[in-house]
Amino acid sequence: MTVVLNQSFTGISIGAVLLLIALGLTLTFGQMGVINMAHGEFIMAGAYTTYVLQKSISSAGVSLLVALPLAFLVAGAMGALLEWLLIRRLYTRPLDTLLVTWGVSLMLQQLARDVFGAPNVQTAAPDILTGNISAGSVTFANNRLFILGLALLCVLGLTLILRFTPLGRRIRAVVQNRDLAEVSGIATGQVDRITFFIGSGLAGVAGVALTLVGPIGPTMGTNYIVDAFLVVVVGGIGQLKGAVITAFALGVLQSVLEYSTTVSVAKVVVLVAIVAFLQWRPQGLYTLRTRSLA
Amino acid sequence: MTTTTTTPPSTVTPPSTPLLNRFRVPAGFALGAVLLLGIAPVALSDFRLSLLAKYLCYAIVAVGVSLAWGRGGLMVLGQGVFLGLGGYAMAMHLKLTDAAANGEKLPDFMQLYGSGDALPWWWKPFANPGFALAMTVLLPMAVAAVLGFLVFRRRVKGAYFAILSQALAAALSIWLVGQQATTGGTNGLTDIQGFFGYSLDDPVNQRMVYFVIAAVLLLLMALARQLFVSRYGELLVAVRDSEERVRFLGYNPANIKLVAYVVAAGMAGLAGALFVPAVGIISPALIGIVPSIGFVIGAAVGGRASLVGAVLGAVAVAWAQSTLSDEFPAAWTYLQGLLFVLAVGFLPGGLASLGVVLRRRRTRTGTPATGETA
Repeated sequence: MTVVLNQSFTGISIGAVLLLIALGLTLTFGQMGVINMAHGEFIMAGAYTTYVLQKSISSAGVSLLVALPLAFLVAGAMGALLEWLLIRRLYTRPLDTLLVTWGVSLMLQQLARDVFGAPNVQTAAPDILTGNISAGSVTFANNRLFILGLALLCVLGLTLILRFTPLGRRIRAVVQNRDLAEVSGIATGQVDRITFFIGSGLAGVAGVALTLVGPIGPTMGTNYIVDAFLVVVVGGIGQLKGAVITAFALGVLQSVLEYSTTVSVAKVVVLVAIVAFLQWRPQGLYTLRTRSLA
Repeated sequence: MTTTTTTPPSTVTPPSTPLLNRFRVPAGFALGAVLLLGIAPVALSDFRLSLLAKYLCYAIVAVGVSLAWGRGGLMVLGQGVFLGLGGYAMAMHLKLTDAAANGEKLPDFMQLYGSGDALPWWWKPFANPGFALAMTVLLPMAVAAVLGFLVFRRRVKGAYFAILSQALAAALSIWLVGQQATTGGTNGLTDIQGFFGYSLDDPVNQRMVYFVIAAVLLLLMALARQLFVSRYGELLVAVRDSEERVRFLGYNPANIKLVAYVVAAGMAGLAGALFVPAVGIISPALIGIVPSIGFVIGAAVGGRASLVGAVLGAVAVAWAQSTLSDEFPAAWTYLQGLLFVLAVGFLPGGLASLGVVLRRRRTRTGTPATGETA
């Protein structure tokens, strides 16, 4: 029982990381059909922001708190710039954006290598996040609890924005029917840019969270990006609740499988499970009901 | 929702006299054959020729990419999987014959990492050359058939398909790394010495391998060209451009796409099988996500819908990669990224369409510009 609980907690914390990454993806993927391979590099940007801050502010706790909003801004600005420079020119060819953003991701990785060096770097976690909390026989690592809380906070914030603000209403309108939104007077181009800013910014926040559990390196984003895309595909494009459920489900599935088999077998089994799942629900867990044929 | 699959214009044949048109393709084919089989082996040193052999393997993959992606609109981001399956099938056989030639029961890496001295059961059939050769093509095709059948039947398409095929590449390479005792792990299957009784150390035999690869490439290009101009080829383009219309006309787009995907997988498998004797190694790093995207990018830079463009693009990108990355590693990565951005973003037909684009632009000067996006 203890093992099951511990593994579930590990799974949930893996899911929380996936969720943070997938939140931004599901926004941009859902709204624009854009597969942004450079999303992983926005994670990296967030992580390096934390690293730089910790170099200048010696207190780990303060630098982490400052890093969260700053990483959001840095990664968001990069995303908005990418959208403005390239992606808006490719709206009619969503699949090609995948290759173009892959090219961008190569360049950003090399940039990180040139600026920060090829070897991985580490940041120190604040003392409060290094310990454990034990409840009965189950131990919760503080840093993972923090990430879980952060992920849930981001979901909450995003839900509130999407549901209750004029901006959120415009975003939802564009997701549901771009043409109709446009003729209703919504500046879809502007909405796209803001969406991209928020989505990429969330990747930056995910990057800050990742510094608590792993090293920071130029290729750190690529390790997570495929899993995060799978979360979006299974959850249903543009669906927050789908992303939440899927991220935690995949995380738990992965950690349980890793415990009972090996990491490599777990990856294969998860993929098979996803293909099987798509047999049942080809559009993902939750779908946007439209009259389009696609 | 707006239509999400707009694709670059397929290569437009400029109007020319019927006589010239008739001989254009055979003449181009003959020119390619002369270049690959006649001039290149004479002009290039052994070292450069073996490099060219490797690039031509990538070109074989590109033929399949051109079929599935260029003509079928299927973004195949996992061709590395099929190259890997073909490559590993071939390498397993060659490792077994190498071991037998040295009088050992197990391949060298298994003696290092393996548990016990029994060959894993799934290695055993690969001792048979016929089985191994058949598997280099059939195994990738079978995997593609299963995945493609499940995915296309449920109308999973576009970005979903691209991500699934990419996840497949990630899963296979991670799985191979994890099974070190039976697959060689991160190192892969290395140090392959013999190729069906011929020593690969001998430069003459290396040249023979090159000739085999070049011949296979030419054959597959001829095959792909026949597919392109066949009724099937037209249907495939129709599915790419408007899948729903094809369905309403009474065809099943799933089957049409499946054929393209499976054929492309078979070609990649064959390329993998030839890659092993040409390079002497197959490893997870050669078949993961990054090289898999590389195959698509090579075809995109050259011109995805044009067979010759895709092949030349694959060779050129592979050549640039190995030449420039040695001398200017940092600058090359920037250049590579920039090349992808510019070629895919602003020249969707690839370099093969450069002539057409320029010609169109020249004729347009003076007349008011109409909508440029296709």
